Amino acid sequence: MNERFLHLWPEQASDYAVSVDWLVIGFTAMMALFVVPVFVALWIFIWRYRRGKKADRDHRPQSNLPIELAWIILPFIGSLVIFLFSARLFFFARTPPADALEVQVTARQWMWKFQHQGGQREINTLHVPARRPVKLTMISEDVIHSLFFPSLRIKQDVLPGRYSMLWFQAEHSGTYQVYCAEYCGTDHAAMLARLVVLDPGDYEHWLQDNGSAADLISQGQDLYRQYGCGSCHESGSAPPLAGVFNRPVRLSDGSEVVADDAYLRDSILLPQKQLVAGYLPVMPTYSNLLDEEAVQRLVAYLRSLPATAFGDSK
Amino acid sequence: MIRSEQRPSEPFVAWAQQREAAQLGMWLFLAGEAMMFGSLILVAWFYRLQHPDGVAEAVAGLHFGLATLNTFTLLTSSLLMTLALTASEQASERRLRHCLMGATLLAALFLACKGLEYSLEYREGLLPGFAADSPLHLPSARLFMNLYFIATALHGVHVLIAVGLGLWLYLGFARGRLQGHQASTRLEMVILYWHLVDGIWVLLFPTLYLVGR
Amino acid sequence: MSSPSYLHRQGLLSWFLTRDHKRIAVLYMITVTFFFFVGGLAASLIRIELVTPNGDLLTADGYNRAFTLHGVIMVWFFLIPSIPSVFGNFLVPIMIGARDMAFPRLNLFSWYLLLGGGLFTLLALLLGGVDTGWTFYTPLSTMFSNGHVVAVICGVFIAGFSSIFTGINIIVTVHTLRAPGMTWMRLPLFIWAMYATSIILVLATPVLAITLLLVAAEHLFNIGVFDPRLGGDPLLFQHLFWFYSHPAVYIMILPAMGVVSELITAAGHKRIFGYRFVAWSSVAIAVIGFLVWGHHMFVAGQSMYASLVFSLLSFLVSIPSAIKAYNWSATLYKSDLTLHAPFLFALTFIGLFIVGGVTGLFLALLAADLHAHDTYFVVAHFHYIMVGAAVAGYFGALHFWWPKITGRMYSQLWGKITAVLIFCGFNLTFFPQFLLGYLGMPRRYHSYDPDLQFLNVLSSAGASILALAYALPFFYLLGSLRWGERAPMNPWEAAGLEWRVPSPPPVHNFDAPVTVDFEAYDYSPEARRDPL
Repeated sequence: MNERFLHLWPEQASDYAVSVDWLVIGFTAMMALFVVPVFVALWIFIWRYRRGKKADRDHRPQSNLPIELAWIILPFIGSLVIFLFSARLFFFARTPPADALEVQVTARQWMWKFQHQGGQREINTLHVPARRPVKLTMISEDVIHSLFFPSLRIKQDVLPGRYSMLWFQAEHSGTYQVYCAEYCGTDHAAMLARLVVLDPGDYEHWLQDNGSAADLISQGQDLYRQYGCGSCHESGSAPPLAGVFNRPVRLSDGSEVVADDAYLRDSILLPQKQLVAGYLPVMPTYSNLLDEEAVQRLVAYLRSLPATAFGDSK
Repeated sequence: MIRSEQRPSEPFVAWAQQREAAQLGMWLFLAGEAMMFGSLILVAWFYRLQHPDGVAEAVAGLHFGLATLNTFTLLTSSLLMTLALTASEQASERRLRHCLMGATLLAALFLACKGLEYSLEYREGLLPGFAADSPLHLPSARLFMNLYFIATALHGVHVLIAVGLGLWLYLGFARGRLQGHQASTRLEMVILYWHLVDGIWVLLFPTLYLVGR
Repeated sequence: MSSPSYLHRQGLLSWFLTRDHKRIAVLYMITVTFFFFVGGLAASLIRIELVTPNGDLLTADGYNRAFTLHGVIMVWFFLIPSIPSVFGNFLVPIMIGARDMAFPRLNLFSWYLLLGGGLFTLLALLLGGVDTGWTFYTPLSTMFSNGHVVAVICGVFIAGFSSIFTGINIIVTVHTLRAPGMTWMRLPLFIWAMYATSIILVLATPVLAITLLLVAAEHLFNIGVFDPRLGGDPLLFQHLFWFYSHPAVYIMILPAMGVVSELITAAGHKRIFGYRFVAWSSVAIAVIGFLVWGHHMFVAGQSMYASLVFSLLSFLVSIPSAIKAYNWSATLYKSDLTLHAPFLFALTFIGLFIVGGVTGLFLALLAADLHAHDTYFVVAHFHYIMVGAAVAGYFGALHFWWPKITGRMYSQLWGKITAVLIFCGFNLTFFPQFLLGYLGMPRRYHSYDPDLQFLNVLSSAGASILALAYALPFFYLLGSLRWGERAPMNPWEAAGLEWRVPSPPPVHNFDAPVTVDFEAYDYSPEARRDPL
């Protein structure tokens, strides 16, 4: 990052950031339209109607309905317009494209841990390719944190016990500052990270140089075998896991849910929370054996299972 | 000490004015109480909807019979307070005192039964801070039990205050200290408070004990 | 010669056992001034630390305790009680033609609650304090904090009852003790503002009470209500907390808006433009203010659709505020304006409030908030409203009603100097923070990028000017008690019942019962100005 004496505007690392800046400028302009006349009027009135100054003070108006309505309705319409633009941008920011590159994020006091699909693990640095959408699935191991990329104009709180999502597409290579933006205790101000955006070729090199022997999915498979999940889940005494991701699941209380990331995580850590219909509630919790990163690997593995895994599915 | 009943207290100039003020003040206070208990009840409902199984486990272990008895006790107590008001309007001092004493005793009985319930729950290892020995399996069941304790304890504190107010009124009437306008205003305010306390229980009881049984 | 003034009877006990709303107001004034200086000291520590990019003055932990102390003290022990408990208590009975508040003993008890709660909290904060931020987010405050969380919570809990009882007192007083002829539409706008504020005080504060109770229970007994491992939800805390705390910010600004209506009309010697609109806008702010709490949680994990609704409602709640600003400005048209110190404070309020309000709308814009949330942009926004505007309102009230409360005039020159210094110092302190926030400097950071030092130094320099400006009145206002000339009954030639009783007023305000047969802000040539 350049050391500058006076920094007035943050860098724009994505097209979305550019759109946000335009929204902000447009908003400021509209507000100026509604506010500057007030300041001008104030100064004129203060100057013209000072005590002792000769001025026409007859027929002082006490109220004027048309004027009141005008300055209620016009600014409101202006606000609605800008609200709609902002809503559109907000939807865009909160809706990741289906082909986004996935990265798992774990936050804890006071560091950021990133896991790539290929098994690459980073602490306090995140390498991403330029001009490709990246989706972050995030969770905290302790208190609420918030992942903040000023150059991308986005942030999202990272909660314990629940996944949250952030996505972006960085346009230009470079290194950008990343902060924790939700007060999280003593070293909140030190919980910094760097976003390193690499051109696609450089990114491939980085992936290879930092790859581990196994990618996230095979690491998950190792865990699956290590903890013997198959002894119940492949024998019929527990719900079958082949093709489970995003499959509708019927619960014991009659309701139906979709087996998304959160459902899979809860099933591992809080198995009693949602019981599948037709099975005994005997699954033990693994919350004392698996940390959030291990869960992320298992979930990656489960997501990869096709419906035909494990031979015949019952 | 005999209170002078010549004038309403400063700054009021008429009895009707003072009475109106006392009533409005009490209603505002009750509105605040409703917001407080309302939030707590909403929290309980939220967790009910989030964890139906854990809540079911917790609710199954609650002492439904004792609580139902308590509900009748409190409602009867409220009824007696209303009768006290009628007695006051009909200037029937003796009946007024009896109704007051009855209502107060019933509220005290409510507290005694609640204490009994808590002691049973203590023996069952359900009190917060004793989670290691808790017979409840699901963590959300323990959470709901803890909410139950907080809600009923807060309500219990309010019942205790009601008992105190009832005793204060009874002694005031018995010793002839409370008379005239001041007496009826104070009686009305305490009755309003009483109804709030039993009204909260009417909402709390189903929330904690009944639904999902 | 009329009856002796309320200040006449001496002796400490006559003050500590008083039932006179005017004496209670003075007790509150001393109390909130004390807390203002304590909170200001913490602010000074913060701004001095932030002169350099590294955390060198305080340890990280010390800094966290400093900003927590600053927030807790300023919000609950200065801002919320300031205008309602000082000027509300002093003026509400007089403005409506009553001899006292409806419940004088409850009034005194409310003061003891604030004092007790405040001292208890201060003790806890000084004996190690708390490092959770004034917002007490869970699970940080419930499971990870090392500090006297429960003690601080107790202090705030107690002070909350002071708020509730003050609110009840004001509402009942306005309903039942208006003088004959004082209809709702003849009430000064300050009364409308106090009434609306009191609605919020009575209905919102109990929600804070239960929220704090749950945090304390969680902290002590680990009940699980905010702990995800036990099935609890940390976000539930945020909903409960902001359901109170958003209306709370309207508690902090509405009274100041009421003050400004009084200052503008008195300086312009003219009736307010659009009385009904301004009156009802206070009520509208109070009501709609209960519906926007989710705008503090756009990035917290709230659903997209909920965020959209809260954003729209937040735009709606700005409309009544805009109505006020436009009507105040229009009031000056064809006015007969004296540029005295109170008016300068009113101008300061309007200027700073508009900036604060507009930047609030900026934050209500979802896409902008994704960037600016939890940065110095938010810090700047709320300081523009709570300090720039609300404290200007408080100081304006102080300078306007000082002659009435104390019976002394102060130096107009020093009053105007203070107003100008506050305006300049404030903008220098907080405007750079908008830039800092947009540049990405998060809040609650004691160390930052060296790139950002220049703006931080500007901000701290401004803070030193502000500190001087806030300290000045301490000298010339207190000095006026000794050396100021005696105040006439109506030094500003203003309309309003309070300007027709002696300065300072007699114990029961009016020597004879009051009947009202004139409109509010009667500045016609035939207007009555004789003593009541």
